Order: sequence, then C-alpha cells, then structure tokens
Amino acid sequence: MMRLPPFQYLAPVSVGDAVKLMADHGPEAMLVAGGTDLYPNMKRRQFEPTVLVGLRGVRDLAGVREPGGGVLAIGAGTTLTAVSRHPEVRARYAALATAAGAVSTPQLRNMGTLGGNVCVDTRCNYYNQSYQWRKAVDFCMKKDGEICLVAPGSPRCWAVSSSDTAPALWSLSASVRLAGPAGERTIPLSALYQDDGIQYLTKQPGEIVTEIVLPPADGARSVYLKLRRRGSFDFPVLGVAATLYMDGETVRQARIVLGAVASLPREAVEAARLLIGERLTPELIDRAADAAYRPAKPLDNTDLTHPYRKKMVRVYVARALRRLAGLPEAAEA
Amino acid sequence: MKKDHFAIIGQSLPKIDAWAKVVGETKFADDLAMSRMAHGKLLRSPHPHALIKRIDTTRARALPGVYAVITGHDLPRVKFGILPVSQDEEALCVEKVRMVGDAVAAVAAVDEETAERATELIEVEYEPLRPLMSIEDSLGHPEVRIHEYGDRPNVHKAVSLQFGNLEAAFAASDLVREDVFFYEGNTHLPMEQHSAVAQWGADGKLTLWSSTQTPHYVHRLLSRILDLPQAHIRVVAAPVGGGFGGKLDPFAHEIAACKLSQLTGRPVKITLTREEVFYVHRGRHPVLMWIKTGFTKDGAITGMHFRSWLDGGAYGSYGVASTFYTGALQTVTYKIPVYKFEGARVFTNKPPCGPKRGHGTPQPRFAMECQIDKAAEQLGLDPADMRRQNLAEPFVKTANHLTVTTIGLGECIDRVVEASGWGEKRGSLPPGKGIGIACSSYITGAGTAIYWNDMPHSGVVVRADRSGLVAVLCGATDIGQGSDSILAYLVAEVLGIEPKDIRVHPADTDLTPVDLGSYSSRVTLMAGNATIQAAERLREKIFTAVARKLEVPAERLTVGERRVFVQDDPEQGVSFPEAVVLAESMFGVLAFPGSYAPPKRAGKYKGGGVGPSPCYSYSACVVEVDVDRETGEVKPTEVWIAHDVGRALNPLLVEGQVEGSIYMGLGEALMEEQVFRKGVHKFPSMLEYKSPTTLETPEIHTILVETDDPEGPFGAKEAGQGPLLPVIPAVANAVYDAVGVRIDETPITPEKVTKAMENKRKGKSARLGPERLPVFSFPEAKIVESAFGQPAENIAVRPFASAPHPQAPHPQAPHPTLSPEGRG
Repeated sequence: MMRLPPFQYLAPVSVGDAVKLMADHGPEAMLVAGGTDLYPNMKRRQFEPTVLVGLRGVRDLAGVREPGGGVLAIGAGTTLTAVSRHPEVRARYAALATAAGAVSTPQLRNMGTLGGNVCVDTRCNYYNQSYQWRKAVDFCMKKDGEICLVAPGSPRCWAVSSSDTAPALWSLSASVRLAGPAGERTIPLSALYQDDGIQYLTKQPGEIVTEIVLPPADGARSVYLKLRRRGSFDFPVLGVAATLYMDGETVRQARIVLGAVASLPREAVEAARLLIGERLTPELIDRAADAAYRPAKPLDNTDLTHPYRKKMVRVYVARALRRLAGLPEAAEA
Repeated sequence: MKKDHFAIIGQSLPKIDAWAKVVGETKFADDLAMSRMAHGKLLRSPHPHALIKRIDTTRARALPGVYAVITGHDLPRVKFGILPVSQDEEALCVEKVRMVGDAVAAVAAVDEETAERATELIEVEYEPLRPLMSIEDSLGHPEVRIHEYGDRPNVHKAVSLQFGNLEAAFAASDLVREDVFFYEGNTHLPMEQHSAVAQWGADGKLTLWSSTQTPHYVHRLLSRILDLPQAHIRVVAAPVGGGFGGKLDPFAHEIAACKLSQLTGRPVKITLTREEVFYVHRGRHPVLMWIKTGFTKDGAITGMHFRSWLDGGAYGSYGVASTFYTGALQTVTYKIPVYKFEGARVFTNKPPCGPKRGHGTPQPRFAMECQIDKAAEQLGLDPADMRRQNLAEPFVKTANHLTVTTIGLGECIDRVVEASGWGEKRGSLPPGKGIGIACSSYITGAGTAIYWNDMPHSGVVVRADRSGLVAVLCGATDIGQGSDSILAYLVAEVLGIEPKDIRVHPADTDLTPVDLGSYSSRVTLMAGNATIQAAERLREKIFTAVARKLEVPAERLTVGERRVFVQDDPEQGVSFPEAVVLAESMFGVLAFPGSYAPPKRAGKYKGGGVGPSPCYSYSACVVEVDVDRETGEVKPTEVWIAHDVGRALNPLLVEGQVEGSIYMGLGEALMEEQVFRKGVHKFPSMLEYKSPTTLETPEIHTILVETDDPEGPFGAKEAGQGPLLPVIPAVANAVYDAVGVRIDETPITPEKVTKAMENKRKGKSARLGPERLPVFSFPEAKIVESAFGQPAENIAVRPFASAPHPQAPHPQAPHPTLSPEGRG
C-alpha cells in the first residue's frame, strides 16, 4: 500500500501554541485538522512537510457560538458532520448545511472540519496523482515541475478550487477569523482566496483560520447545488451557491458564487446584479443563468469534460434560483 | 441424486464464512505476517513504450535496510503467459517495456517505506519508442512493433469462422440491418488489492500464499518461470477479497516475491497499491463492433455476421479466448441458423486486457441487444415479444456447434415483463422516463481447460472420522461468491448433516486435489458435481456399515437431521457420528475422491474450444430510467431481472450474485471507463475512476427461474456473471425510450446524452456512436456446416465415475422446461 513519509506530529492544545509552533518550524511545517485531504496528498507526495501541527487537541476551535445580534460563529475545528446537522445552520444558512453535508463521504465528514474544507487544496487531475504517476507524465508547476500541464503556455497554475463550503459561505457573506504571529484579524471570506492554483489562499502560511463568522441571516434564503458523478465521495466539478435577501416578492440583495470553475470560488456578480430590485420570473432566472454561464471558464482538469461543465453552469444556476423562487426545478427541455 | 425434497438445498442460509468476514477474522494475503518477513516493492516503468538500455541497482543495494534487489537478469530468461499460445510476459522486463506500469526491478527490505525508497534509487536508462495507444494507432504503424509475434504486426490474433450460407440468409430477409457499436474498456476494481507472500524454505521448497483465483495455473507457471519442479512448489490461495477475473493470471509481484525470498532466506510480502492494480488490470477489452443481421418481418433472425476489434493492451493474457468469446455466445439465446464471426485483437501500449465478469461477452451482447431493439422498432414489433417468439430451442446445437441444454429464457422474459409492467409502460412513460429490455446467456464453466489434458477439471476429497468431523478438501478458490459454502451445503444435503458440521479447506496445492480455478462460472457446477460424487461415496460406506449394525438392507437407509435411519421406520437408526464410527471400524480411514470433467463437446473447428459449456444460464432484464433532459444524467430507477439458474442451491447467495452483477453492469453502462492521456491511465484511483456507490444502485427485483438442468449439481447453473450481461443494453434501450436518442457506445455519460439530444433537436442524427471502422481484412473464413437444430449429444456424461451417476440422464430430444416455480 502507499505509505506516509516520515514526519513529526506536534499536538498543541491552544491556538497560541499552534501559532508559535508554526512560526518556529517555518515552511517545513503544515497545519492538519481532520487530515482527510492532507494525509492522502502526503502519501502521493504532493506535500512533504517534516512537521505537522495538529489542531485536533485545540478545544477552542470546535463548536458553534452565538455571540449576539443574530451572528453565528462556527469554530474552524467543527466537523463537517456537526455543521451539516446543526439546527441553527440548517434553519438560517441552508446553503452551508447542504454544502457541508455534500463533502465527500459520511466517514470523512466525521473527521474533516469546516476550516479544513475552507482551506482545502486546489485540485487538478495532473496533480492529484502519485509521485510515480506524475513522474510518468512529467511534473507540473504546482509540485516538482516547471509548467502547467493543463495550459502549457500559461505562467500560472490552473488547479481548481474544490471546496463545497467556500462558495456557500461566500454567498452568505461570511467572514473568517485568523490568528497569526501578529495577532488576530477578521477578513471577509471572499478575501481569503486569490485566483492562482498554487497560492490560492491570501493568508500567511503560519496563520490559522480559527472561526467562520456568519452575519445575521435576516430572512435570507440560500441554496447550494453540487455537480458530481456520484451521490457521495466525489469532489465538486461544479458548485453553485446562491443567497437571496427579499423584500416581499422583490430581490433586495443577491449573491451567486460558483465553485470548481476556477482556482478560487467565482462570484457571478453580473448575474446577481440582474436580480436586484426584480421579481424572480422564469425569464429573469434564465437571463441571470446566462450571465453566470458566460464568464465561467472551466479547464480540462477534473472529472467530466470542460465544455460540459461550462454548459452545466447555466443549468445549475437556473436550478438554484428556481428553487429559491419556489418554481419547479427543471424547465421543460 | 434426483430429489423432490431437500433439507439444505434451496434454503437461504448465511455463508459459512460470513461471521469471520464480518468481524475481521478472515486472513487475507495482506494480513499474513511471519517472523523475519521482508517487504517487497516493484519499480515500474514510467514510459508506455521504451527500450531498456541500462539498469543500475548499486545505490538501492547500498541503502540501509535493503535485503535484496533484483532485475529480470536474476530470473530465468523465460517468457510466460496464461495461455500456451501467448507466451509474451516477463515478470521483470529486461529489454523493453510496453506500458506504464511494466515492472523492471524489485526490492526486498526491512519495511515497505525502505523498499519504496530503494526503488527510487534504481537507475534505469530508457530509450523511448513511439507509443501506440489505440487500435487505429497500432494498425496504422506496423513499422513500430509492440511484440515480435502475432498474426500481423501489432495484431495479436485475427480469426474468421463461418457456419452456413450467409448470403442466402440475408437474401431471404425482409430487413437487413448493419450497425456499429463501441464498448469502452473498464476494470474489475476488487476491494482487495493483489497481495502475495512467498517463503522459499531452507529445504529448497517454495510456498506462495496469494490472492489468486487460479492457484493451479499459478502453480504450473511458477515452475516454468522459476525453473523449479512443480512438486517443490506449494501455492495456497488466501481468501480472495474480490476477483471478477482480475486475479486469474500469474503476476510479477508473485514471481518477484518468490525470487526475493530465495535470495534473502526470508518470507517476502508484496502488496500492490491501488494504482498498481490499475496497471496489472486484465480487465474488460474495449471492443469496436460491426453487426449485420437479417430479420424476417416477424422478427426471426435469418443470419448474423459479427465483427469485433479488441484493444488488447500490452500483453496476450487470456486475449485469444477473449477474442473468440466476442463471437461465441450470440447463438445461444435466439435462433440464428447461419452465423459468421470475424475478430481481431490488437496490441496497444496500455495495461493488458483480459477476463472480466462475462469475459468477452458483454460487448457483443450490448451490440446485439441494441440492434434487436432497433429492428423491433423498424418492424413494428414489441421488443419483448420479438425476443420471446424467437428463442433458441433447448437440447439442440447452435449454428456454431454449441450444445445447449435447458433454456429458461422464455419464462425469464415473461416474468420480467409482468413484474415491470412492461406492457403498460413501454412508449407511454412521461417525457424523460423510459424502459428497456435485453436478454443474455452465459456459460456454466468453460468446457475446455486452458491447457490440453484428459484429467479432471475439479477434484475433491471428502474425509470423515470418528470425531464426527466431515472435511471437504478442494482446490477451488472462494473469491467471495460463496463457493466454499456451496460445497458445504452439497455435502450436508448428501449426508443429512448441517453446513456447520463441515469444514471446507480450499485451494492448497499440497493438500487439495486440483481444481482449475474460480473463473468462467465453473466452481458450483464442476467442484459441486465432484463434491456430490465424493460425498455419495462416503455415504455408501456409511450405509453399508449402519445396515450391518441395524440388520436392515442398506437400500432402506436414509439420512437427515444428523442421523442415519431406516426410511420407513425412522426410530430405528444411529446418530451421524456413531454411523461414522461404524464405517471407520469396518473400512478403515474414510476419505473419498470425487472428480469432474465437462462433457467433451468442442466443435470440430479451430476456435471450437471457446464457447462449449456443460450448460448455459439465461437472463432477461428490464431497466427503467429517468433521464434529466437538461443535464443528460441517466438515473436507473428500477431494475427487474429474471435469471435461469437451473436451481438455486442457496437463493440468498444467488440473489447476491445477481444484485452484484446489476450493480457492476450499471457502472459499465453509465460511468466506468479506462482513459489514457500522455500514455498513462488518466485516473488510477478509486476516487477518480468512477464506479457507482450504493447511492447509484436502484431498487433491484430479482426473480429466480429454475429449470433443473441435467448437467448441474441438483440441477444448478451459473449465477455470478450472466446477470451482468443484459443490464448494459437494457439501459441503452431504456434511454432511447426515454429521450429518443441512441447512444451506441458505453459509457452512456451525461455529456453524450446531451450532445445526442442537441443533435436531434437540430434535426441531425439522434444516434451517437462510432462513425468509422478500421481498414482491416480478416483472414478468409473456412466455411463449416451450421449445426443449427441438430440434436444435443453427451448430456450428463460423467467421466471418472466408478458407477453411473445417480442422476438419470435426461432425454436428448428437446423437452419441456421443468419446474416453473421460481423464487421472487
């Protein structure tokens, strides 16, 4: 079987200790929470840390707080299972409950954490392979190589953001709290990401995501739809999260975020703008879906072909909005 | 043994090893741990096609913890292969690699991590050659040769067979259809990765424990490969965690473990990674097919001409048999008076294909059953009726000289049509929903061994002693299908005891008689018949001894409820252990052999050895699908399948086999595909090679049809492979019923469905499938007379029997199907 390379496992019990250990060990160290993505990746030598700073022993990271004012704060160490089942999450942030419950398999959701899924490594089917496999096709720039094998002329890496919860949280206007050597800071979750398959996170490597903060739901309706081949196990090859704030029948505010079409969750700003101040008619939904579809540029590096995935952006955005509008899910084809 | 009433047979009992497996007690090969054991690892080629210029193992040998490093130069320079006609493999390649994943060196070390590090220190200098990654590629570049042998450059085998006058048959048809289909390759994906432990003892004798379906063939080949007498080799098949045909060849890791054990004086274990399992493969051949069939206006088939091109991958494996199988079983479901088959297997620089559940027959079955669906539409016939009206006759020969015994297909069709509501649903389900039907047949054990001989195909020894223990020693391998349990049920039935009273000791070439292995759906029938013979021989001695004790004639004795007693005076009798004591006292040691070889019915033509079987199972399947017209996603919502199993020895196990076949068939129909990019398997992992989960498995309604076949043990036929076959065409036909598009290639992916629907909307062809055939001339067929309709011969003939088999042979003329009662 594939074996893990040797590494040192450190088990801090406080966020402060974890931050310090990361600082002490520098680039040799990585954080690990549930380990469901990191350990298999280490077996394939996509990562070769010599030190792992484990967050499982940091009690403060797990659990859901309600600090008041309708805000919900979810510890980054809360398992995906717990997030998906939490009554407040289910009642007020349906997109998040669905997304957390759609990650991988039940077993992995019991281990995997919300913070881990928010920070999950970008994926590419030239990259998520064993060392021997990558050697056979030639290494890519994300690990051990020089070029991008998906787009060989490209100066950047096109690995795909494959988090289910990130688009959902983005559409819900969530923020993340980070703890680092310079102290704590809170940023919009949307600011955590950048469009590069390698440097897909803006945070410093030594910074730890400690909490995900959701603003008051304020009657918002939200939904998350995931395209994948199977009902379990698979990473998203397209995710659509949509959150609508309504004034009666009229859309007051809207946020639509696509997952797995770029190296970061991609907000469909134009599509959302079309909805504001309007009633959700089937015609309007089709126009918004079209607006979301146009800029989406998936590449040939996940399951299913990229022309098909692009085509499905329109279908999935329309379905998401139809669901929020209480219309039948599928238009007559 | 003709019985109307059974104590054990027909009961839904748990497998005898169920608990051990559930609680984790079963020791699979990778669970074996021995003192001083070393761990091995293979170094595999990163090139699809290359010459090996130099291998330097110096640095690997120098790594602390490394015990031995070998290359092909350390092994006898002999090429091998499972079939005598395709001796083209080396455990460790010496001059040339033919695919990514070919092994070139092996290491034994203190642990797996060290062994792996050592493989990376081996320096191999390659000179890359042009890789040939498709049939077209390989045929188009005869100057680049993957192997030096074969019927033509890069053509492993090209065959032509013709039975009767095809032109006349087509001329007499009301409709002649030509269609082209492609069936994508896919892999077995057993849960257990291959694993082997070898121990070359200080006495110079070798023992190999391996997750293999064919310990006997591995035993024979190891002797040749290692240049060691067979008598000095012992092969033990560990319990196999799923095979499906993927553990039927001798493999590099087995051979390397043996050699490394010899060199190190330690037991050596090598367990493959999942990625390596994708490379050793031997899975479903991708097959391009052309089929031309003549029909009368009533839907009767006048003649069929079938061509197949198989993408064989880098080595021969079972490929010659696979090639013949793509043309062998078309004739056993419906009347086909005249038949022609042409097939060719082409080498490519990909993992070698071989036998996977249904070996070579799901592909042609897909083509044929989809074509029948199209013909039915053209002729204005109900596809179920059309099949029902043209069933093959029982107890006759087919055009290609196969002898068919019982056929329960008519009942199968009736039962699924009724259960599914076919009549009301077909053509009248709401848009996007559809229903399709297909039928099939499969062999119950290959009628010929892979090497020519006159010895038994299955051997069993049943042993009993004064403790009351009954032990069954049999060379067959339980690969999860439950064959050990079946042998226990058969002995329990014959001796009137419980399965729990019996221990089955399988697959140890030192201790058990030879059995050819777990392939071709042969174990229940062949090992089963041998087991019954052995158990009856034991029972005869027990009856003789008990008769003397009770002073009654032996003919009046019977068995049941762990007793031997007088049939018409049940009070008079002894317990089973007492009976054994009496018999052991009278006869000495009680150990009785049973042997089985199938009737010799191979057709008298080249290739006539592939297709014959003691009897054939039959299946009819109806699938209902829900097609998402926006995404093209095909969701099977319900499956009805009726399977003619002859007799269900244990209905629970049969249903398990049927459900497993449906699940695997749906994966092949809708998702699974071997895709290569830059010469490498695109996704050799269980995450990205898409195989369905329980969530994708719909409600399955299994109906068992019993025909009490004269060839089978208590009338049983196969169940492990046949039910897969009709699933794929039934899905394709249902998709057509749902959205009006023909997807003439597998897998039927969402993208293909959306593309075909889009084309249809634009007024273009509503068919999506292969458009071109290779430019290829098959060898001239030697025309053999069609044996269509000739009476069956050699029914229930038992060689190696000291007395006539107690089950009276059935009449050779066609006879009505027996025992209509099935189990739902």
